[in-house]
Amino acid sequence: MSIVIEVDGRTLGADEGMTILQALRRAGMDAPTLCYHPNLTPVNVCRACVVEVEGSRALVPSCSRRVEPGMRVRTDTERVRRARKVVLEMLASSVDTSTAPELAAHLAAYHGDPARFGSDVARVLEPLRDDNDLYVRDYAKCILCYKCVEACGEDAQHTFALTVAGRGFAARIDTGADAPLLESRCVFCGNCVAVCPTGALMPLIEHRMRQAGEWDESRQHVAETICPYCGVGCALELHVQGNRIVKVTSPADHDITRGNLCVKGRFGFTYVNPDPGGR
Amino acid sequence: MPEVRRLLARAGVADPESLEAYRSLGGYAALARVAERGPAWVLSELEASGLLGRGGAAFPAGRKWRAVAEAAGRRRVVCNADESEPGTFKDRVLMEQDPFAVVEAMTIAGLTVAAEDGLVYVRGEYRLAAARLRRAIDQAERAGLLGADVAGTGRAFWIRVVRGAGAYICGEETALFNSVEGRRGEPRNKPPFPTQAGLFGDPTLVNNVETLCNVPIVVLEGASGFRRYGTDRSTGTKLFCVSGHVERPGLYEVPFGTTLGELLALAGGVWRGRRLQAVLCGGAAGTFLGPDRLDLPLTFEGLQPVGGTVGSGAVIVLDETASLWDIVLRVARFFQEESCGQCVPCRVGTQRQLEIVTRLASGRARPEDPQLLADIGAAMTDASICGLGQTAAGAVLSALALRPGAPSSSNGGASAAHGRPGEVV
Ligand SMILES: Cc1cc2nc3c(=O)[nH]c(=O)nc-3n(C[C@H](O)[C@H](O)[C@H](O)COP(=O)(O)O)c2cc1C
Ligand code: SF4
Ligand code: SF4
Ligand code: SF4
Ligand code: FES
Repeated sequence: MSIVIEVDGRTLGADEGMTILQALRRAGMDAPTLCYHPNLTPVNVCRACVVEVEGSRALVPSCSRRVEPGMRVRTDTERVRRARKVVLEMLASSVDTSTAPELAAHLAAYHGDPARFGSDVARVLEPLRDDNDLYVRDYAKCILCYKCVEACGEDAQHTFALTVAGRGFAARIDTGADAPLLESRCVFCGNCVAVCPTGALMPLIEHRMRQAGEWDESRQHVAETICPYCGVGCALELHVQGNRIVKVTSPADHDITRGNLCVKGRFGFTYVNPDPGGR
Repeated sequence: MPEVRRLLARAGVADPESLEAYRSLGGYAALARVAERGPAWVLSELEASGLLGRGGAAFPAGRKWRAVAEAAGRRRVVCNADESEPGTFKDRVLMEQDPFAVVEAMTIAGLTVAAEDGLVYVRGEYRLAAARLRRAIDQAERAGLLGADVAGTGRAFWIRVVRGAGAYICGEETALFNSVEGRRGEPRNKPPFPTQAGLFGDPTLVNNVETLCNVPIVVLEGASGFRRYGTDRSTGTKLFCVSGHVERPGLYEVPFGTTLGELLALAGGVWRGRRLQAVLCGGAAGTFLGPDRLDLPLTFEGLQPVGGTVGSGAVIVLDETASLWDIVLRVARFFQEESCGQCVPCRVGTQRQLEIVTRLASGRARPEDPQLLADIGAAMTDASICGLGQTAAGAVLSALALRPGAPSSSNGGASAAHGRPGEVV
């Protein structure tokens, strides 16, 4: 059923059940998002996407609030801009953003200055967790967007290896008493890695190549194929650099995979490379 | 305005462990009337009474009850007795001194919204309150006032006591549900509201202890009787928890509309003949009011224009010798420790706010600090998921308005009255 809402004085058509964000995007408008992912249930925790909705005291997360007939939304007020800017600045002042292109882009768009809180502020300090052969966890980069928790849990994998532990500024993604991944429930599907927006979760090969200064996306091309392992027929994107497969992904909008794969499809490719044992 | 004893009529008078004592002082008369008049009558009286929630959000009780009564499927009643707001002890007194009133009020709620499952979530530290509630529930069940057939109505209603584990955030209604369900104590996304999908996904009526204890009064006196006290928009009486630098700290019941000055006078005024510096009204989630606010009527509508709040009813009084910024620092630390960490504005904002307030309280303010506090405060207030983050800047920003200069040395507040805005040391 079609309804009409008003956004920044413009009249937009929307479908019932749609979120404000979906209505915005369909009309060619947008809001910055960090914790939103089209395949995951909105958790609305980053608050980068907030908008003003007439009748609501506080700002409203556009990624999760559903449209209602006659709803009046503002995305461009001083209040909205200020909240978004400060949220992005605070986030960037607390974590390592070196492999988080979305956050950096939003911050630039809002002329954010994370350094204004001072150089002596508390930051998320966590050692690199490099405890298995397939992917690393660098929680000093984690913005707690909950995407990995959701992908590992009810929204995709149903393995429930990940949760949030601790609270406030000390809250962290956790495997349960900080167990190494091999001792956790993890089955190494890498579906958490696929949705992580910050590089906090990264395939080991990419991590090693970045450390060595060898990772170069401008020299990579993507070959599309079908996974050779089983009969499901998952779509694969092979990221190839210098005649070696360096990463495997699946398109997030693919009908069968929704971006998800299993351990074999995502990580079982090194045998194809000219130096099968090498990373 | 004088002190009144309506909610506190039995407190300290009746033996809180005796159903007979409760009944001899009017207890369970309200339930009998509800059994006779039926749910529709209760709902219309409650709506007409104008009773607003006493848990902090001031939501109209009648509207909430009707929403649950009209919801489909299994319904639940939850009494929020987590009472963790600093400086707040009113629910404790009600539960310890008049536990049957809580049980009776919940039973009325159960009959009215057609719920069979009641649950009271008691702050972990409140051992005596939990024990007395359990005793009261036992006795009420044995007397046929609770259980499979409530007071001969043929309707069932049971009450279970659950104790919290010490997190402030678990007093937020949806975090409370998560806590009871064995999940992480994080607020849920609203909508859906508890009246639509609450505890275990069922439509749930959640009310504060004090809110519920007003219901038997509404039932017995009718909406008009209830409205004899208070103002048009803030009806009835209110429990205020007066603590700090007054001669007689304690719990005071007064009609809404009593001024702050009258309330302080009831508590014997500022102690030792000293001058008033400020009042933290509403607890950590409240705001500081200066001595120029003594004429302010304590009502929802009276406090709102000055950025104040009735909140939980905590009134923390500071005399002229108190260090305002030390108190502000404790408030900032409280929020930093109690934030659940789910959303960015509150998780990082309470941390950054604490860092800046620490500088201010120790006389190391930087020129940019007032602007930073204002920006962080705006983001927390506007963009946080729940009331914790939305109120976490209130005390800090109101203290800044009261003492724009912040302290210039660690002796804090009083001397800072003469500081200049943005003073750097
Ligand atoms: C951080 C936080 C803590 C809260 N703690 C309590 C509490 O201890 N007791 C309470 O009754 N309400 C508390 N509330 C308010 C509840 O979420 C809810 O609004 C209230 O229980 C509804 O009851 P009422 O309508 O009778 O006030 C808290 C809210 C927040 C955001
Ligand atoms: S690799 Fe798969 S199973 Fe392991 S934590 Fe990530 S999503 Fe969960
Ligand atoms: S590890 Fe990545 S996906 Fe998981 S919460 Fe952190 S930033 Fe989000
Ligand atoms: S405002 Fe604070 S307490 Fe509330 S959900 Fe956000 S982080 Fe948690
Ligand atoms: S994208 Fe909406 S809150 Fe994160």
